[in-house]
Amino acid sequence: MNLTLKIWRQKDSSSKGQMVDYKVTEISEHMSFLEMIDVLNEGLVAKGEEPVAFDHDCREGICGMCSMYINGEAHGPDRGVTTCQLHMRMFKDGDTITIEPFRAAAFPVIKDLVVDRSAFDRIQHAGGYISVNTSGNTQDANSIPISKQAADTAMDAATCIGCGACVATCKNSSAMLFVGAKVSQYALLPQGQVEAADRVKNMVAQMDLEGFGNCTNTGACEVECPKGISLDNIARMNRELMKASI
Amino acid sequence: MSVFSADLFNEVSHFMGTNPVVQFALQPVLIFGVVFHFVMGFILELQNTRARNVSYAKNNGGANSTWMSRNMIWSGIAILAFIILHFIDFWFPEINTKFIQGDWSGTMEGVEGFRYYEELVHKFMHPARVAAYVIAFVFLGLHLAHGFTSAFQSVGAASLRKKLEKVGLAYSIIIPLGFIFIALFHHLNH
Repeated sequence: MNLTLKIWRQKDSSSKGQMVDYKVTEISEHMSFLEMIDVLNEGLVAKGEEPVAFDHDCREGICGMCSMYINGEAHGPDRGVTTCQLHMRMFKDGDTITIEPFRAAAFPVIKDLVVDRSAFDRIQHAGGYISVNTSGNTQDANSIPISKQAADTAMDAATCIGCGACVATCKNSSAMLFVGAKVSQYALLPQGQVEAADRVKNMVAQMDLEGFGNCTNTGACEVECPKGISLDNIARMNRELMKASI
Repeated sequence: MSVFSADLFNEVSHFMGTNPVVQFALQPVLIFGVVFHFVMGFILELQNTRARNVSYAKNNGGANSTWMSRNMIWSGIAILAFIILHFIDFWFPEINTKFIQGDWSGTMEGVEGFRYYEELVHKFMHPARVAAYVIAFVFLGLHLAHGFTSAFQSVGAASLRKKLEKVGLAYSIIIPLGFIFIALFHHLNH
């Protein structure tokens, strides 16, 4: 298929960016979206032009590195997938595709489609961990009874890959789905109870400090999340925060 | 009540307008609640606007969220405009009559009995005012369609949010429709 791409080009974080049009031809519908960008970049390099910078790593949908905003949606029009798992069969021959970086004041553009998501790391550092020593003296997994439902819900929350699609898609650039998932994965398990109150308070405080917006419950994050993280995690975080504040 | 009986409406209005619990306890709480709600709404909107300093060239919000949830600020501003109109129409004259002129009788020259029903009918004679009321209540419905269940999510009651989805939708349609009916009823019958 032949496509027109409208791509955000920005030399560096201090430069002013703009949308630039490109044509790509002979794109296979079996290609992933990133492979299609690879084809574009090979053409640009051959012409002596600067290739489009974009984040990618595992290309298996599990690392959370790829981060494009495609035709007005984080990770594009498919559901439950990251950009690397978005395939060109989702588009039609002759389509014009708009590709932008994830937009948020807390995710500044580094270059082209690459954004700085280290704000997520700082939120994690503020409390997204447990201090139980698991090195060398690990207990038998069955010695602490945990209900199947709690274990499953905690596991669902833990599948968050921190890609930032929730922030990108939220009209308020809110990070509450990410923080809600990280708080929930520990709040549901006994190992997470020791620091539960400090965790939620510190992570929410860091989230606000980073300049993310507030959740207004549009539910867009849940729809666009490649891992299907539920809005229930935001409600749980709100409950945890209220509990910790009393 | 104004639809069913002018006398009943007058009686209840006079009771509400002169009862000290309503006037000096419930009314200030309600006014504080409304002012607090829209001030917090504006602060929220300001913070959220700052959180995205560059807009998307193309954003397909309709793919993942409802129009109501994305435009609470606009439906809220429309409701605020209505509240201002409503205050100019009813509340300010009422405060003037009772607290400045000191007239708590509920009567008016040229009107037999209480004045409340006559004032209501007079206000809804003008088609522009009726249109403004109808539009405002449509926006109230849109505001409630998201706001009702959203409130439960905000306080952590996610299961209630899901259980009350249909109740919220019914509430957001029935309540505004009731108010629209009152405005249209009095306009068409007088």
